Amino acid sequence: MESASTDKLIINGVEFKSRLWVGTGKYKDFEETKKAIEASGADMVTVAVRRVNIFDSKSPNLLDYIDPKIYKILPNTAGCYNVEDALRYARLGREAGISDFVKLEVIGDDKTLFPDVCGLLKATEILAKEGFIVLPYSTDDLIVAQRLVNAGAAAVMPLGAPIGSGLGIRNPYNIKIILETVKGVPIIVDAGVGTASDAAIAMELGCDAVLINTGIAGAAEPIMMAAAMKHAVIAGRFAYKAGRIQRRLYASASSPFDGML
Amino acid sequence: MSSFGHIPAPHEGYTNMKIRLNGDDYITKAASTVSELLVELNINPMRVAVELNMVIVKKAEYGSAALKDGDNVEVVNFVGGG
Repeated sequence: MESASTDKLIINGVEFKSRLWVGTGKYKDFEETKKAIEASGADMVTVAVRRVNIFDSKSPNLLDYIDPKIYKILPNTAGCYNVEDALRYARLGREAGISDFVKLEVIGDDKTLFPDVCGLLKATEILAKEGFIVLPYSTDDLIVAQRLVNAGAAAVMPLGAPIGSGLGIRNPYNIKIILETVKGVPIIVDAGVGTASDAAIAMELGCDAVLINTGIAGAAEPIMMAAAMKHAVIAGRFAYKAGRIQRRLYASASSPFDGML
Repeated sequence: MSSFGHIPAPHEGYTNMKIRLNGDDYITKAASTVSELLVELNINPMRVAVELNMVIVKKAEYGSAALKDGDNVEVVNFVGGG
C-alpha cells in the first residue's frame, strides 16, 4: 500500500513532508503559534512581511519560534491591492528570507478579500520571470487557473471560501474541474477551511495540499485543531487515493443472505 | 511623537543625519551605512530586508550602502500571517 512517506508533494524540486500548509497569523502569542504548528505536522509555514518595530528591537521575533532550519518559510504579499505593491512585498520577502517561494496575493476588495485576478496574472508573470516560485492565491476559476499556469505559476491556490470565513469548500465542483483540467502543477486549496471535515473534503477531491490559518488559529483550542487538521488532511488524501464508492440511492446489504436461518 | 524625534547633542563621531525610517523621522547617531544603522538599532541583519529609497539593498551590500540626509529607509521582517 502506498503510504504517506511515498506520496510526497514536490514543487520545483522541493519536497514537503506534509500536505497541510499553515499560516502564522492570529495566534495569541508566539508560544501558541509554535505549538500549533508542531501539532499540525506542517513544514511549509506562511508569514507576512511588515516593518520592523524599531522602537523595540528586543521584542520577540517570529523566527525565534519558527526555526527556518526546520520549517520552509513562505512569505506572502497579504495586504497588497495592486501589482506594484505585491511585487515590492514579494521582493522584500525574498531578501528577508532564504527561498524564491512566494505566496502571491493581489487583493481586489477589502470586504471579501477576493483576489484581483487581472493584477494577479500580471504579478505572476513578472515574478516568475524574476525567478520566483510563484504560488498565487486565486479564485476557483478554471480559466484563471490556466492563465496563471501559462504565466509561470508553480501551483494554483484556489480559495475554498473567503479568507478567514470558515465557510468550507463552497464550490467543490469548480475545484474538481480545475483538478481535472489543469495538469502539471499542484492545486492547493487556500482559504475557507473552517474545520477538519472541510480539509478532508478538499483532499478527497484530489487537491495536492491545503493551506489553513484562521481555521486553526481561530479555534477555541488551536493546538488541538492543528492536530485535527493534520489527521483530516492525511485521511482525505488516503480516501482520494483509495477511491471512494459510488453514491447510490438505495441500500446494498453488507451482510450475506446466504446462511440465514 | 516618537522617541527618535529629538536631536541628540552634536558629538564627535556622530553622524546626526535626518532620515525617514519606517515612516518616521529618525536622527542617526553614529551610522553612515545601512550596516551601521542596523547595529545602531540592534537589529539582526539576517532577519530583515532593507529598502533604501525604494531600492532593495542586498545583504552583501549593507556595509557599502551609504546613508545621506533625507534618505528613505524601510526595514522589514517576517510577522505572523496567512
